Amino acid sequence: MTLLIVQLLNGVQLGLLLFLIAAGLTLVFGVMDFINLAHGVQYMLGAYLGVAFFGMTGSFWLALVLAAGAAGAAGLVLEWLVFRHLYGRDHLDQVLATFGVIMALNEGVRVIWGAAPLEMPMPEVLSGSFQLMPGLRYPFYRVALIVAGLGVAGGLAWAVNRTRVGMLVRAGTSNAVMVSALGVDIERLFRGVFGVGAVLAGFAGVLAAPLVAVEPAMGDNLLILAFVVIVIGGVGAIRGAFVAAVLVGLVDTVGRTLVTDAVRVALGASGAARVGPAVASMLIYLVMAAVLAVRPAGLFPAARGA
Amino acid sequence: MLRHMLGAVALCAVGVGAQAQTVKIGVVTTLSGPAASLGQQLRDGFQLALDQSGGKLGGMAVELTVLDDELKPDVAVTKVRGLIESGKADVVVGPIFSNVLLAIFKPVTESGAVLISPNAGPSTYAGRACVKNFFVTSYQNDQPHSVSGQYAQDSGYKRVFLLAPNYQAGKDALAGFKSKFKGEVVGEEYVPLTQMDFQSEIAKIAAAKPDAVYAFMPGGIGIALVKQYRQAGLASVPFLSAFTVDESTLPAQGEAAVGFYSGANWAPNLDNAANKAFVAAFEAKYHYVPATYAAQSFDAALALDAAIGKAGGTADKAKLIAALETAAIASVRGSFKFGVNHYPVQDFYLTQVVKRADGKFQTEVRKKVFTADVDPYASQCKMN
Repeated sequence: MTLLIVQLLNGVQLGLLLFLIAAGLTLVFGVMDFINLAHGVQYMLGAYLGVAFFGMTGSFWLALVLAAGAAGAAGLVLEWLVFRHLYGRDHLDQVLATFGVIMALNEGVRVIWGAAPLEMPMPEVLSGSFQLMPGLRYPFYRVALIVAGLGVAGGLAWAVNRTRVGMLVRAGTSNAVMVSALGVDIERLFRGVFGVGAVLAGFAGVLAAPLVAVEPAMGDNLLILAFVVIVIGGVGAIRGAFVAAVLVGLVDTVGRTLVTDAVRVALGASGAARVGPAVASMLIYLVMAAVLAVRPAGLFPAARGA
Repeated sequence: MLRHMLGAVALCAVGVGAQAQTVKIGVVTTLSGPAASLGQQLRDGFQLALDQSGGKLGGMAVELTVLDDELKPDVAVTKVRGLIESGKADVVVGPIFSNVLLAIFKPVTESGAVLISPNAGPSTYAGRACVKNFFVTSYQNDQPHSVSGQYAQDSGYKRVFLLAPNYQAGKDALAGFKSKFKGEVVGEEYVPLTQMDFQSEIAKIAAAKPDAVYAFMPGGIGIALVKQYRQAGLASVPFLSAFTVDESTLPAQGEAAVGFYSGANWAPNLDNAANKAFVAAFEAKYHYVPATYAAQSFDAALALDAAIGKAGGTADKAKLIAALETAAIASVRGSFKFGVNHYPVQDFYLTQVVKRADGKFQTEVRKKVFTADVDPYASQCKMN
């Protein structure tokens, strides 16, 4: 029973980390109708910049701020250099071009920082932990991750639903042409949204760095998860991304355990070792397929114009 | 890459100018993608041995071609075929990964060239399917895992939790561990290769309260696991592993890995003169701590050096193979020789991660677990 509660907590926490990554992606996809496969490498870039700034300043917090800012700036440069020319084109062109950006940046960080994975320590203040259950401690850092995830979710929800810029963003999501016709500089709005998305990706990269390996292509796998999240949540919807991220986190953590146990009961230990992991790793995709079967536009689709 | 190719061209020119025989060697390794740091170790270990003998092996100038297999079997086959068909490989050295080796094995061995694997050691070619012109300077893949299994058994551990990625090598690894460990397996988790958060597995380990954990978590997933395992306060449970804490991952794991155990055929502090000289020269030249990948590749170059010298070149392949079989080398592993199936017969150790005085991290030998160990498939090999 204790284990189940611990796993629920782990699921929520993984979900919030996924939300940090998916939030920027869903904004860009929703508002600009732009498939940015390079979002994962922007997350990677954030982690690398975090390590670099940590090396220079010795402070995790300074590194976090500087790296998120620099990742945002790098995102804007990419927007100006590559993405801007793709807005009017179809999704396949966007996929091809942003896939090229993935390869270029993955090799780029390898050239600059080397192929060997790098280390990013936790901030001193949060390096402690408390006892979660006998023999298992929970790092304060993960509590901070939960707070950061909730904070970003709250901040974005407020910005999108309660501010003038947020209103334009929502309007842009449902009908960009109309917003433009009403005299709003849609290009500037796009650039702003893209910058925010890049900052969020970089921010998530720095926050994840103390938990994972900072290495080339570290964002590639996460990108797939992030797409699962925004497809389940409904493209362009912050609320949808939040709910879907927590759902995916829970399914991946608790669901995997339950399925493996269920298979063990059904097939015995030797069968479970073979079938269990296979089914478990399909689980989030099965959930995605189920959601799409019932609600093809996702759980909370943003209102879209014709 | 370019530097090495230029080097190779220069060496070639020297060879032609002096009217001396050159030996053509192709090194196939992974130099792009997340596993590139392993591939670099392989390349650097070989290059170091070559540089130390003045760019020659067995007294003959070497025309070296380094290929990046990109960790893609199809890419590796295309590049290796090209190399062989253009007559640029009497000997092929590589690769890091078993799946790449399985792909290039036939194209190389059937061309008559000698293939030397300085890392991958699949069971496929260790038993009935062994061939004369294939040598391995690393280990048979089961062996590093059975080291920890034997150690767990010897230490009287009753309950062990196992963790590996959900693919063939992961399953082989845990089978290797279980071949020597006779106690109870209280948990056996297979995780996706792409997983980055292990809180769920860590909670299960804490709940199972095992005497020890055995993990085969290569590369980035191992870095994430080790950090999170430490952060969750589980480090009091002995952490046994293979390819999870070594010199290729330690720079990113740092303090989190200190005290963790691994099963290996070598460690930077292994006490013999050849090894001391190798580690010192390697660190001076490349500014990082070598792992087994570099050591095994260095030994491959030493074996070639001895054999080419004895066979008087690479033209007579039968002579070269016979010379390799009996090559007496000052291995960085001390005692080393090829067994009947051309896989090594060597000692295996339990190693432990320490922080060195200079702030870098490395594994150190704690206990010899197997002496002159022969892999379990060798007896099925009838070389003809």
